[in-house]
Amino acid sequence: MTLLEEHPPVEAANPELEAQSVKAAARRGLLHALPAYVYLVFFFALPLVIVFVFSFASRSTTGRPVLGGWNLDSYARLVEPVIRTIAARSLWLALLNTVICLLIGYPFAYWIATRSKSSNRNLLLVLVLIPFWSNFLVRTYAWRVLLDSNGPVTGLGEATGLWGQMLFTQPAVFIGLLYGYLPFMVLPLYAAIERLDWSLVEGARDLYATGWEAFRKVTLPLSKPGVIAGSILVFIPSLGAYVTPDILGGAKTTLLGNYIVTQFTSGRNWPFGAALSFVILAAMLIATIFYFRSGGKTL
Amino acid sequence: MTGREGTATGGWVDRVLGINGWFVFLFLYAPIMVLVLYSFSGDRNVGTWGGFSMEWYERMFANDALMRSLRNSLVVALISTVVSTVLGTAAAIALERYRRWATRGAFDALMYLPVIIPDVTMAVMLLMWFTTIGWSLSLNTIMLSHIAFNISFVAIVVRARLANMDPALDEAAADLYANRWRTFRRVTLPVIMPGVMGGALLALTLSLDDVVVTSLVQGPGATTLPVYVFGLIKRDVTPEINAVSTLMLAASMVLVMVSLVLQRRGESEQTR
Amino acid sequence: MTDRCAVGIHGVTKRFGDVAAVDAIDLEIADGEFFSLLGPSGCGKTTTLRMIAGLEFPTEGSIKIFGEEMALRPPNKRPVNTVFQSYALFPHMTVEQNVAFGLEMQDVPKAEARMRAGDAIDMVRLGAMTKRKPSQLSGGQQQRVALARALVNRPKVLLLDEPLGALDLKLRQAMQIELKDIQQQVGITFVFVTHDQEEALTMSDRIGVMSEGKLLQVAPAEDIYERPANRFVAEFIGETNFIPGTVVERDRVRLGNGQVVTARAEQPAGTAVTLTLRPEKLHLHEKVDEAPADYNNITCRIVRRLYFGDSRYYELEAGLGAIVDCRVENIPRLRTWSVDDEVVLSFHRQAAEALSE
Repeated sequence: MTLLEEHPPVEAANPELEAQSVKAAARRGLLHALPAYVYLVFFFALPLVIVFVFSFASRSTTGRPVLGGWNLDSYARLVEPVIRTIAARSLWLALLNTVICLLIGYPFAYWIATRSKSSNRNLLLVLVLIPFWSNFLVRTYAWRVLLDSNGPVTGLGEATGLWGQMLFTQPAVFIGLLYGYLPFMVLPLYAAIERLDWSLVEGARDLYATGWEAFRKVTLPLSKPGVIAGSILVFIPSLGAYVTPDILGGAKTTLLGNYIVTQFTSGRNWPFGAALSFVILAAMLIATIFYFRSGGKTL
Repeated sequence: MTGREGTATGGWVDRVLGINGWFVFLFLYAPIMVLVLYSFSGDRNVGTWGGFSMEWYERMFANDALMRSLRNSLVVALISTVVSTVLGTAAAIALERYRRWATRGAFDALMYLPVIIPDVTMAVMLLMWFTTIGWSLSLNTIMLSHIAFNISFVAIVVRARLANMDPALDEAAADLYANRWRTFRRVTLPVIMPGVMGGALLALTLSLDDVVVTSLVQGPGATTLPVYVFGLIKRDVTPEINAVSTLMLAASMVLVMVSLVLQRRGESEQTR
Repeated sequence: MTDRCAVGIHGVTKRFGDVAAVDAIDLEIADGEFFSLLGPSGCGKTTTLRMIAGLEFPTEGSIKIFGEEMALRPPNKRPVNTVFQSYALFPHMTVEQNVAFGLEMQDVPKAEARMRAGDAIDMVRLGAMTKRKPSQLSGGQQQRVALARALVNRPKVLLLDEPLGALDLKLRQAMQIELKDIQQQVGITFVFVTHDQEEALTMSDRIGVMSEGKLLQVAPAEDIYERPANRFVAEFIGETNFIPGTVVERDRVRLGNGQVVTARAEQPAGTAVTLTLRPEKLHLHEKVDEAPADYNNITCRIVRRLYFGDSRYYELEAGLGAIVDCRVENIPRLRTWSVDDEVVLSFHRQAAEALSE
């Protein structure tokens, strides 16, 4: 029992000592968080501040921000028609993508959760997980191949006379976004529906609700956290999409993502790029907070 | 029939759900299957099948720049995964097991930001920051950037696992004479290990996947595989890319299997 | 049981914010005793147990184990072990590894640890399960592993936090007997927390009844049952009738129907009291002269009858301001009554106690 014999003499308890031990525990908690805290402050919070600061800077000939010469030029440019077109296009595509993903994804998740035998369910889930874990670039590239002018889709379109060359058009970008982010909608939805207490639905049926009513009044509201999580996971990346419009779109389908990156490469206007990034971030934060308040929990 | 199976009415709703389901699977897999198929095609054109050929795979392996970018990707992914897993796990413990310390709320919010921020903004932030503090862009800046967004993802996964863990387990360990370090090493860590591994896997995938952040913070000469392939795609679509893509898909499938094994093992041991 | 004090709790208070979960309790538990802390949810019994274990620190007061002050000592430095309500078995370890854990943490040599763990596992009759993991065991088996894991360390005091709560009735009753046997076999002081008063009565040498952070009564099971210190204890343990009355003189109380009965009453004349009467100590007769001589008699009418298999409950109305419950054993000698029958209720003065609050 040597472990129990080595100990410092202990006195009876009193409130000051209790307060001390509470403080000691608090210190331990902070200590655990400290490495990540310092890292994120240095590589996240401060960079965020820099973006905000430099959005008010003026640019040098290489496009880099110049300290001093503070102005609101970058923000003034935000209301130019070009920007507004791009922003509107991005917003439209992101919203459309989120809605379509929801309309296709919800029945899909529901189908896997309720209509498949529980033995099959795991296999079906694996089949959804594989695209989810696959490299995003590769999956987007697959459509580049499919929509190529020598490819099967164009061939089919020309044969039926329904469509011509689809690449580098807005529909192509949309298909790419839908394809890219559908798994991001399905998985949180499936998790929420799977976890549902089905005895509640049974109870509704028992109280004379039709199938549709039971769905609308019980299943749907209870799966709301999944709907919110899935929507956020689709909307935010869609709004900031870069790879998809870059590969599948053309000059006429520039979205916010590419436009921002251009400012740091050929566009040579870092302060403007900073302003754009900041605005898009602010918009998303507001959307997220608003959406969370209306009934989401944690991601 | 009771439970979830009781929602099946046998009517047209079931049929519509089924059709939608199979259609989605077709939609998800057709493009990648075409890709895989044509990586073995002898013809440059995607429209025509040129007979079975491994030509594109041979060319891919002979491409020095590509191989170098693959090596870079693995190095960056490995190091950033290890660092972000350690930091993220510690942060998760700080948030989940210690409820009252100064600025805990602010830290919680700070941890969530990298998850909801669009990666374009993140890329811009980091690029401007590195140039401001005068760090030259290189493989190191890529690594540092990946760690920056991965810490939060690891923390989320580990937190979920921690929240699910009976807090009495740590108390039992202390009751049985374990000090804090031994409690962590022999009880807490093994129990949350599926979460830690899951978080590490997620960090690995996000790092290997990343295009936007890497392309802005990389220096001349050192690039990662996805960014290299991205450059190839924008220049010209060659079937070599199909070959690379197929191998990357195969790697993803391995990752899926690993994540499933981890999940299965985590569930089997739980008594709650 | 020796005369030594195993656990000495003096002036212990635990505050969470403004609320006192445990409010200035004093308690001495004797060496080798099976002591139960009994009370409803939220009464502070589990918090008290955790303070003995070291999982909580008191805000004020002293906790001594065999004379050594432990109030602020961390749990891994106390010679006590706990059986948790959820068992808290380590899911990634086998039964054997679980049981040997405490020994391993005390740096006991491997061979000795394995031997002692084996003995503990045999004592709870799980010898066939040593290599299994907790998820492969039933609830009752998990509970026994938790017990072995604690006892193998030969603690000076064993703490048990409602360990039988998750078990079904028959299993719980079997485990109660087994726990009592083990305690007498190893001779260790057991401190047992429960909200089930039957459990406390059958297993304990002494019971401490708690409510809202305060210790209301500490006494052997029989005393708690027969002589509850106040209304709460009387109500919490077993079934009791509460009949309002006024003290006439010592050991004589006037009831609501004007009748004066003999009871145990020490309050001054004129005090308003509540007479407590346990249903099984009441007897029913057809006529007054059938009742024993020195018993009180009250004429009543039967209002309801409930059948319990081994007994019958009769609810009686007698103008006393409360319905009186009477329990009659279901044996051939005792007659069965029907609703609306007029009966004579009798009881001895020892069965009735006057409480004044």
